[in-house]
Amino acid sequence: MMSPTSPTPPPRKQIHLAAHFPGVNNTTVWADPGSGSHIAFSSFAHLARTAERGLFDFFFLAEGLRLREHKGRIHDLDVVGRPESLTVLSALAAVTERLGLAATVSATFNEPYELARRLASLDHLSGGRAAWNVVTTSDAFTGENFRRGGYLDRADRYTRAAEFVATARELWDSWTADGQPRPFAHRGEHFAVHGEFTVPRSPQGHPVVIQAGDSPEGREFAASAADVIFTRHSGAEAGRAFYADVKGRLARYGRRPGDLKIMPGVTFVLGDTAAEAQEHAAEIRRRQVSPQHALLALEQVWGVDLSAYDPDGPLPDIDPDPHGELAQGRVRIADPKAVADKWRALSRAKGLSIRETVIETTGRQSFIGTAQDVAAQMDAFVQTDAADGFILVPHLTPGGLDPFVDRVVPLLQERGVFRTEYSGATLRSHLGLPEPARTGGKGGRP
Amino acid sequence: MSAPRPPLRLAVALDAPPGSGAPVPYDAQHFVALARRAERGALDFVTLGDSFARPGLDAPAVLARVAPATDHIGLVPTVTTTHTEPFHVSTAVATLDWVSRGRAGWAVAVSTTEADAALFGRRAAAPPAEVWREAGEVADVVARLWDSWEDDAEIRDRAGGRFIDRDKLHHVDFTGSSFAVRGPSIVPRPPQGRPVTLVDVPPAAGPAGVPGAGETTDVSDRAVREVAAAHADVALVRADDPQTAGAARAELRARARALGRDPDLLLVLASLPVELAGPADAAGLAELLGDWHAAGAADGFHLRPADPARDLALLVDGTVPALRDRGLRPPGRPGGTLRDHLGLPRPASRYAPAREGS
Repeated sequence: MMSPTSPTPPPRKQIHLAAHFPGVNNTTVWADPGSGSHIAFSSFAHLARTAERGLFDFFFLAEGLRLREHKGRIHDLDVVGRPESLTVLSALAAVTERLGLAATVSATFNEPYELARRLASLDHLSGGRAAWNVVTTSDAFTGENFRRGGYLDRADRYTRAAEFVATARELWDSWTADGQPRPFAHRGEHFAVHGEFTVPRSPQGHPVVIQAGDSPEGREFAASAADVIFTRHSGAEAGRAFYADVKGRLARYGRRPGDLKIMPGVTFVLGDTAAEAQEHAAEIRRRQVSPQHALLALEQVWGVDLSAYDPDGPLPDIDPDPHGELAQGRVRIADPKAVADKWRALSRAKGLSIRETVIETTGRQSFIGTAQDVAAQMDAFVQTDAADGFILVPHLTPGGLDPFVDRVVPLLQERGVFRTEYSGATLRSHLGLPEPARTGGKGGRP
Repeated sequence: MSAPRPPLRLAVALDAPPGSGAPVPYDAQHFVALARRAERGALDFVTLGDSFARPGLDAPAVLARVAPATDHIGLVPTVTTTHTEPFHVSTAVATLDWVSRGRAGWAVAVSTTEADAALFGRRAAAPPAEVWREAGEVADVVARLWDSWEDDAEIRDRAGGRFIDRDKLHHVDFTGSSFAVRGPSIVPRPPQGRPVTLVDVPPAAGPAGVPGAGETTDVSDRAVREVAAAHADVALVRADDPQTAGAARAELRARARALGRDPDLLLVLASLPVELAGPADAAGLAELLGDWHAAGAADGFHLRPADPARDLALLVDGTVPALRDRGLRPPGRPGGTLRDHLGLPRPASRYAPAREGS
């Protein structure tokens, strides 16, 4: 409260929170007795309702377009299979009221007219809660499921994505304020389309656009066109550098720092004491890295078949094959020899087996501790401008988010850094994003 | 003793007919209210039309929004196959089946106009016969993708560390005239195995030798009927009298049989426009439907109300009870899938036997 005698403290930055449905990688522990269905609608409804109970900004679904393969066979150690995002989110709109609904959809294997229409439909059906996480897809492997097929190099992928988003916005802007369709026409390097859009301007004007990826091209694309950037979580210092870099790019596009929210994807482990949380975290890591996972992780670095090695034995002496092509549908490791050397050095120094080395070097949880610790760590991260909030990735379906909502959210509220009720109805209002300006209809985005 | 007469299948369109002048609805509640009303009448399914050429929301999204707000009614959106990706069509309909717990279908549609082609800018418009042949390929690969996971592929073998038995997932390796799909699907096999595939056969469909509206129309209509005979679980035929409907039904069944299908697995519903002024009209409609059904004109009916809100209420309160009185509709809906409602068996994955043989 204002008082004539003491100066008002600066308002504390408000944290934005989102929930990621557990994914098809080994962060997700399916072997836990508490692990439920990864495909039944009830699991999605439980997680979304939990996120809404916790007053989260949005619920996030990743995308799958081709099942991953390893050594020419379908990868079978992690959760395999998932539903199509936009259809699930349309259904979730029926069982939630305020929660934002974010779908990851590739700009490579879709066309602007159809996708803009599906996103605008979700925005209408949810009363203004739709978001689109724009991703690009690199590989001809995924293309084998699509008419387009083929391969786009990295630069083309981003120019296509940027033009895709601009075209979608032209379509979203194409109806007049009094509800009449106007013709649109777009002619660019990647798309030449014209006609009339079948959907009136949606409640948010434009569904929220999320960009995932930390590369320089990705940062620039986010600065020019995205409302949220979904980034990799790293330490506070690296986070601050990333934050300053990305926010610093906004002015070039006539945008303010608050117009783009930076939200790293994070994991968490809670315990009644710090020691209990650490113990629980170690137990989860052991479940995440089964003996089979340990060998697979090794093969992804070495690029050769290592199935003869004992996961509880030492690391291979042989060097990685730089041309090894065991994994399909995964991001490639840039310098396998450097990774292998680092892992061997660690293994020798600490006397670690293959499995212990993989546990030690990959995927440690982002926040571990009591609810008080985790709330304090997250708050500090945001107040020191290492992030604007977090996309939480639970390791368990469907109950993995419950402890966070029950125990950490109230503490963030006590700290005055998280909402105690939704103040608006749309995702844009949760994120504090401006109403998008309407463009002329035929032209591009200014 | 004669075999009991099979029930009369009953479905209704949620969208007002094109050109009716009714305002285009964009809010979810409009569709939820209509679907719930249809569900109150224990109808088998609702359809929702879609097109890239006229105002309206994406139909599969609308019915996904309706799914959690209903419990029993089948949900059949129109999905266009011409400029879209067959893989996305397959995963969207499979997901509609998951979110509705086994109540999904899709009505196969095509785009033939230059205006539609310009919205996508990928290729020129093609004649109806050509895009319908492609639609048949899409229906084929979509069903293969639904089969590409065997039902028991998820094993959660904790000791072995394996979530799936990957021998029960299959590449479909489909090559059509304009696209190829490697597979398998990203979505596990849906609750119905294969959601229900519906094809709306144009009104000119009739017995061979009946002059059509010209050669082009004949060729394209034949293409639609081929798709229905080869891939549909439900075909809609538009006819003004029971003789025409019955002839269309007989022809479709004969074509299905010629393709090696069991004709009883292709239900032919007469699709009729209805406009009801009051309860007497609703009872009269029940009589007409009962008579057509008794004459073997159709396995049931797809009704296209002039005014969905008004006509659906009269159907549910007047026509359906009258059909029940005649023993043509079950008294209630015990639950279950759209296939259960229609009396269609759940198909096994076509890939399962291949594994046992190897």
